[in-house]
Amino acid sequence: MATVNIKVNGKQHSLEIDPSTPLLWVLRDHLNLVGAKYGCGIAMCGSCTVHVGDIAIRSCVMPVSQLGTQEVTTIEGLSEKGDHPVQKAWIEHDVPQCGYCQAGQIMNAAALLKSNPNPSDEDIESAMHGNICRCGTYTRIKAAIKTASK
Amino acid sequence: MTRVKTKYNRRDFIKSSAIAGGGLMLSFSWLASCKPEKIDILEMPDEWFELNGFLKVGNNGVVSIMSPNPEIGQNVKTSMPMIVAEELDVDWANVLVEQAPLNTDIFSRQLAGGSQSIRQGWDSLRMVGATARQMLKQAAADLWEVPLAEITTSNGVVMHEASGKKAGYGEMANAASQLDVPEEVELKEVKDFKIIGHSQKNVDGPDIVMGKPLFGLDVYREGMLVAMLIHPPAFGMRIKDLNANSAKSMPGIKDVYVMNAYPEDYIKQWSDITAFNEMVVIVGETTWQVMQAKKAVRVTWEEQGEFVDYFESGSSPDGKYPVTYPGALESTAAHKKDLASLGEKLAEEVRKDGDPEVAFRNADQIIERSYSAPFLAHNCMEPMNFFADVQDDYAELVGPIQTPEYMEKSASARLGLPLEKIDIKMTRMGGGFGRRLYGHFLVEAAAISQKMKSPVKLVYSREDDMTFGTYRPAYYATYRAALDENKQLIGFQVRAGGIPSGPLFANRFPAGAIDNYLAESWSVDSNVTTGAFRAPRSNFIAGAEQSFLDELAEAMGKDPFDLRLELLDRAKTDPVGKPEENDYDPERYAGVLQLAREKSGWDKPENSDKSRGVSAYYCHNSYVANVLDLVLEDGQARVDRVCCAVDCGIVVNPDAAVNMVEGGTVDGIGHAMYSGLSFREGKPDQKNFDTYRLIRHAEAPKSIDVHFVESEIKPTGLGEPPFPPIMGALANALYRLNGKRVYHQPFVSDGQILG
Repeated sequence: MATVNIKVNGKQHSLEIDPSTPLLWVLRDHLNLVGAKYGCGIAMCGSCTVHVGDIAIRSCVMPVSQLGTQEVTTIEGLSEKGDHPVQKAWIEHDVPQCGYCQAGQIMNAAALLKSNPNPSDEDIESAMHGNICRCGTYTRIKAAIKTASK
Repeated sequence: MTRVKTKYNRRDFIKSSAIAGGGLMLSFSWLASCKPEKIDILEMPDEWFELNGFLKVGNNGVVSIMSPNPEIGQNVKTSMPMIVAEELDVDWANVLVEQAPLNTDIFSRQLAGGSQSIRQGWDSLRMVGATARQMLKQAAADLWEVPLAEITTSNGVVMHEASGKKAGYGEMANAASQLDVPEEVELKEVKDFKIIGHSQKNVDGPDIVMGKPLFGLDVYREGMLVAMLIHPPAFGMRIKDLNANSAKSMPGIKDVYVMNAYPEDYIKQWSDITAFNEMVVIVGETTWQVMQAKKAVRVTWEEQGEFVDYFESGSSPDGKYPVTYPGALESTAAHKKDLASLGEKLAEEVRKDGDPEVAFRNADQIIERSYSAPFLAHNCMEPMNFFADVQDDYAELVGPIQTPEYMEKSASARLGLPLEKIDIKMTRMGGGFGRRLYGHFLVEAAAISQKMKSPVKLVYSREDDMTFGTYRPAYYATYRAALDENKQLIGFQVRAGGIPSGPLFANRFPAGAIDNYLAESWSVDSNVTTGAFRAPRSNFIAGAEQSFLDELAEAMGKDPFDLRLELLDRAKTDPVGKPEENDYDPERYAGVLQLAREKSGWDKPENSDKSRGVSAYYCHNSYVANVLDLVLEDGQARVDRVCCAVDCGIVVNPDAAVNMVEGGTVDGIGHAMYSGLSFREGKPDQKNFDTYRLIRHAEAPKSIDVHFVESEIKPTGLGEPPFPPIMGALANALYRLNGKRVYHQPFVSDGQILG
């Protein structure tokens, strides 16, 4: 156990926890932010994607102690009212089927557009490669990212 | 209008007040409609009036509709209430949707499976809406003292044209809720539909994109403990000894013990399938603590030997029948050998038309091809889990379950509580695909909560989930065709088997289209647990059959569309066998083929050089045809376009239906191309997504276009039908691309894929 200080969605938290706890479980079990999902635990499916700074990371394999002073943004903090361009595009294209992977897809897409505001099809496919959707909504995800990039 | 008798008595329309809108389960349709200005107009009513168990009308005209069935991503939470709203005749923007809990007094068939929710719900959902509309009309007629027949409705308003009187449903709701359920109601004509057939956005869409807690794994209660399980690492093994001393003393850990999911003498029902009855339970305060403790638990395993499970049986005198599982630790190498060698010896005839033996003896040419596919894990993105709070006289069970009605009985038996003390609430599910038909995890969570005397959330790790079984069986099929000297088809045989069950549909196409026809089935016992997987059996046999027909068309010198259409014409005009024996409608089958042919531009000269594969299949009451185009990109086969033609009767929510067909197409390509589960000494080789391949973004088709046959036939399902046929279209396109046929899934390991 150790004291871990982290800033999530603009809010500072001080937690007494095992510092090896992955960020995902800190968010889900300690901060009640369940938007980031558990899918694989080994950074292979992307369901747990959040932002550390502006970078999309797999929170299931990142020990909370490695964050240092970097700020975390989760799907809950991407926008206040769900009106981030990526979220709006997701609604416009009615992307989700089961919906479980979509928070991770959205967070990855938002980070992509921040670093590359006009991605090509290949850029999208490459950047989104780590995010699995068993329902198979990939074509809609790509269309939504293109809409959000406009 | 169509006048129909209502089927319901008062009991079916119990005025249930137990389900007052909990914030978590509510979904405003207007939040999803991209019309934010509505938020300023619409507010929650001061008072709700229940017109029946499905719906209530607020004093301000807002309507709340229950979605009765489990939502696994198939859109029923949006499309089933749309059917109610249509007949109620309200503005969809004024509708909010609630997920119904399990309540067999009010709702029937609260099950997600077999692509049946819309098909089997259609009549009763229309009736629910029409009945309430009739009651609102009656209330207006009574108040205005005018004949009921003169009252009309439109978009949530009742009107009497002659007197010019009109009122919102909200004004009539109180009076309407006091009335008896009418004996006869009017249903709309299909042409008058304003909601059905018009795309409405997913009612949970805004919550999903904002990461709101919707799923079983998101359930949290004050004081809740987290539980995980350790099951045997191999099918055919069981616990010999447990050493949990160090794990028990780890931070946050409450207990580590051995549990039987079901009692020894328990008689299982079909949804009780579980691979491992005896497991180690680890209970603690947080997920990570339990995960850490799990690693510190030391279990030694031993071979279980042959074992028997008892399942319910209506026909046997003692009400049960035994299923015996072999004891060996099985391996894929041996499975493959069995599949390739045992068919002829084990096959049993299921259907025979004419004299196939003579046809094959007289054949000028015999084409014989065999196809296979491996076990598949469902891999719902949300691993199995359930929340349970079991107290002395009450059990609250919350989570993702496709069969709540069945599992209520199992929970009741396991806990020793009467059915009415079991309260099951359905969360949105992070995928189902058949996996959550088998709710052992609900029973396990309940048993753990009962023992721990605490609310508990049971969580499967991805590895637990992938290695737990209820897989799609491994399949094998051999097709044979007899051609005469004029290359005419004179005989056809399919011999289909699997471990532990086969994929045959003896009465499906091309049965009924060929004079001399033989269908045989066989299977090999196994202790690898299997169950339904999106479009059971069809998910393999469609691809095999449609690949074989492609090869057959080539041998007969026919266009692949022409061969299928000629066979269907035979089945329609002069069916072999009794027509009712043939489990498909040849006309609708031909209809989707013709539509795919047209929309894909199959006969256009500019498309003749493309690497295109054709396929069509009928399952779960719906028809789907595909044309799939492949291109070579950097030496890799890439799906450029898929054209899908679908006949599922009336399309309730068109854009969601398109989404479902797109998804089924991607899912089918993915599983045929990449996925498979193999075993060594009973242990699955793949335990997570580093070794189990699911299709990813860059492997999905560049475009998918979906075309529905226009129809006024009652709607049929769409969750499963788009999945099976695409596997055949993919195989046939691969042949056009590189000249080599693929026979064994996953195609990437068939050694014949470029790249």
